[in-house]
Amino acid sequence: MTDILNALVALSNFVLIPGAAYGAQLALGALGVTLIYGILRFSNFAHGDTMAFGTMATILVTWGLQSVGISFGFLPTALIALPVGIAITGLLLMGTDRTIYRFYRKQKAAPVVLVIVSMGVMFVYNGIVRFIIGVGDVNFADGARFVITAREFKEMTGLDEGLAIRSTTLITLVTAAIAVALLFWFLNRTRTGKSMRAFSDNEDLALLSGINPEKVVAVTWLIVAALATTAGVLYGLDKSFKAFTYFQLLLPIFAAAIVGGLGNPLGAIAGGFVIAFSEVLITYAWKKVLEYALPESLEPSSLVQLLSTDYKFAVSFAILIIVLLFKPTGLFKGQSV
Amino acid sequence: MSLRAPLLFVAMALLIVATGLVQGWNLALTILNMGLISAIMSLGVNLQWGFAGLFNVGVMGFVALGGLAAVLVALPPVPDAWNAGGLRLLGALALGAAVLVAAVMAWKRKVGGRARALVLLALLIGGFFLFRAALDPAVQAIEAVNPSLTGYLGGLGLPVLVSWPVGGLLAAGAAWIIGKAALGLRSDYLAIATLGIAEIVIAVLKNEDWLSRGVKNVIGIPRPVPYEIDLQRSEGFAAQAAGWGLDPVTASTLWVKVLYAGLFAAVLAVILVLAQLALASPWGRMMRAIRDNEVAASAMGKNVTARHLQVFILGSAVCGIAGAMMTTLDGQLTPGSYQPLRFTFLVWVMVIVGGSGNNYGAVLGGFLIWWLWVMVEPLGLWAMELITSGMAADNWLRGHLTDAAAHMRLMTMGIILLLVLRFSPRGLVPER
Amino acid sequence: MAEPHLIGEGMTGGYGRGADILHGCTLSVEKGKIAVIVGPNGAGKSTAMKAVFGMLNLRQGAVRIGGEDITHLSPQDRVAKGMAFVPQTSNIFPSMTVEENLEMGAFLRRDDIRPTMEQVYDLFPILRDKRRQAAGELSGGQRQQVAVGRALMTQPSVLMLDEPTAGVSPIVMDELFDRIIEVARAGITILMVEQNARQALEIADTGYVLVQGANAYTGTGEELLADPEVRRTFLGG
Repeated sequence: MTDILNALVALSNFVLIPGAAYGAQLALGALGVTLIYGILRFSNFAHGDTMAFGTMATILVTWGLQSVGISFGFLPTALIALPVGIAITGLLLMGTDRTIYRFYRKQKAAPVVLVIVSMGVMFVYNGIVRFIIGVGDVNFADGARFVITAREFKEMTGLDEGLAIRSTTLITLVTAAIAVALLFWFLNRTRTGKSMRAFSDNEDLALLSGINPEKVVAVTWLIVAALATTAGVLYGLDKSFKAFTYFQLLLPIFAAAIVGGLGNPLGAIAGGFVIAFSEVLITYAWKKVLEYALPESLEPSSLVQLLSTDYKFAVSFAILIIVLLFKPTGLFKGQSV
Repeated sequence: MSLRAPLLFVAMALLIVATGLVQGWNLALTILNMGLISAIMSLGVNLQWGFAGLFNVGVMGFVALGGLAAVLVALPPVPDAWNAGGLRLLGALALGAAVLVAAVMAWKRKVGGRARALVLLALLIGGFFLFRAALDPAVQAIEAVNPSLTGYLGGLGLPVLVSWPVGGLLAAGAAWIIGKAALGLRSDYLAIATLGIAEIVIAVLKNEDWLSRGVKNVIGIPRPVPYEIDLQRSEGFAAQAAGWGLDPVTASTLWVKVLYAGLFAAVLAVILVLAQLALASPWGRMMRAIRDNEVAASAMGKNVTARHLQVFILGSAVCGIAGAMMTTLDGQLTPGSYQPLRFTFLVWVMVIVGGSGNNYGAVLGGFLIWWLWVMVEPLGLWAMELITSGMAADNWLRGHLTDAAAHMRLMTMGIILLLVLRFSPRGLVPER
Repeated sequence: MAEPHLIGEGMTGGYGRGADILHGCTLSVEKGKIAVIVGPNGAGKSTAMKAVFGMLNLRQGAVRIGGEDITHLSPQDRVAKGMAFVPQTSNIFPSMTVEENLEMGAFLRRDDIRPTMEQVYDLFPILRDKRRQAAGELSGGQRQQVAVGRALMTQPSVLMLDEPTAGVSPIVMDELFDRIIEVARAGITILMVEQNARQALEIADTGYVLVQGANAYTGTGEELLADPEVRRTFLGG
């Protein structure tokens, strides 16, 4: 019996909890991608770098706060800085839209042209981030590190396996839940949110109904700024900030958005967790859990790791391909152009 | 044909000559060599995007596969490693392939929904464990053989020039697999799929030490041209160098680069001629017809997906050839150095700036953007020093700005791309 | 005689810089009446209606509503002037509920829209039952009802329908025409393009037969149905 409990604790500690946190971060990223797709109708390659920019802005504000001695107690200071980071990112995205994207929108350019344009924007954002904060690892998490440490858990329960809950994990889950709740409240309950959905559903009819497309687009960029910055900051708190890592997040994020069905917010969330758990499950070394769960005679000798962690991109990719082959519109029905 | 393209090419040549006069011929030739390789990559992407409108952002992966080919072809085999587990490893790979083929065949059987899915699942999962069970010990045995020097199977020990077409073949194979899965879907899906395959190729190169030594890198890939040191020792060459008024060391460095340039230029010429012929052929016209109106073309009975698969494979193969050439030039395979911004997106900037749909434009874009890529850093540094010249030497901002000048490249490339897209979307040498 | 509530007079023009599709076409409807545009394929029926709604540039002619010249207004501004348009296809927001579709119809209104919504539900009772359901999941006829309902939410004085019965069964078509008559009785001017010419002319106060972008025959619905020339050429005997 204790063996089973130990197995469960180990499973939660190494698979379920980290997977959930990662899933929440991916989901927030995928929500941004899917909203841009739904409203502006292109796949935004600059999204990873938007996340990097937002995180960088938040880090700079955090440093400013720390230098004047402001902190958030046991919570990371970055959470106070987050709204400012969102605002700065919002300004950047609105500025980008005004100077760059709007021109192509007026021309009714093909989606693939906008994708290429977003590639240029990606370069510029990436350059800005490297220019300001450099390419190195930045660790900006402060406050309490653990809600509960492995040792405390063991003493509390008397089990052999510890369950460590890092505060960043908990913060990720709570913040992501709040962000998603706010987003869905906005989309389903407010006039502006509904007009965004209407615009995404049927652009011409939305225009006929008197919905102002420029306002819808502006609001979309602001929401994307909020989602991308939040996703980036949570990921950075949980791991660390590095410009290149954020660029690489593009792949799992897109995989999540496509798996869920591009343009479908609910799908983006589901997709985020599907991708995150697949990555963690397949790259986790199961030896420890199996040692507890199986009778001694069946215990594995190897690590029982299906794929090395370096292949985590391969996992998102494989899921992406499977979904594309069998259900091109995604698990939840997405749009197709 | 208008004078625009020849004039632009002359201007480009003058740029390189000017670089040689101002900053030395060594740098100019280095730029020229990578410019030639970039031009080939750019041609490959232009085949896909300019001819067919296919959005491939996995260039890095195909280039890296070409690099792998250089290792697999040119390096001498490691007999100990082969004895330790070479055959077992080949057997494991064959087993893996057999499982996949069986799975595909099971899938193609028209019968039964759930039963088929279960069989497929069992086949794949069981096959995976069987594959790992066969592969892992072989890999361990191979990687245990003198890991600091070899620890991999080595190559075939053939002349490195053979690796160039082989690189193309490897890339073509990968393109076939990815094209089968993602072509015929929406354009952005192909983009994401290619982005993914590129990351996976790099992950394989980094992790499969038995294949490519992973992050331990493979160095000392044999050259198709003489080594500088041999040239310097040769009496005849020293006399020649003296005749040019150069010391033997400088002369040998330059001569080797010139030889490389000659080889690369020959390959570029061949590919360019073929691409031009293809563009003018009925096949090329059909390709452009499909690009301009896919619906109409398929209504006329053209098999759009099959044509797309052809051109996707061809373009990827060209990128693979360029990748093998690049690794040959470097003399080493360093999987850690493959960055998507440098190897995928920069090539895209080349194609767009040069003029998508025009082979000459793609070549010009390859040279120009590569030249800029190299020159932006010193230019940026110079600009930053100018800007900060009024500040104290130990000023924090001065230090930061001077350090950050190295990152000006990406921003410059992005701005160039955006400006071209906005004000000259057809590029420097537009498609006719 | 006072001018009709809606009039598109001597309209000439086409899409963008393309060739003219309309050649001096005139359409007018009295308040609370039903006008139907019929004619062979490619006669410019839908184009004429879109011209009235401002979706193409007129080179000549004028559009007036209630005596006010709106020739140079955008479609959006015409909505504000009391026009409502139901396109032939993709005329609903498929992923939104029926109720949200109606709300979006009333997007520009700042007053209480519930009474109007009740009126729409009274007109199309089935929509009341399905108001929480995504509009895209409804049947073809129900979707058309949503589309008409959405257009009515602006409390328009003119309702324009582009082939409202395309792709619905004959029973549903009759039902829809009955509703349209009801809408007209409430004082809303109706301009409608129809493929099912015979049935449409039966409910029409005025009928316009267009041929190659110009008026060929004009009269009351009954007159046109009785006209042997019209019967022979357009109604199949």
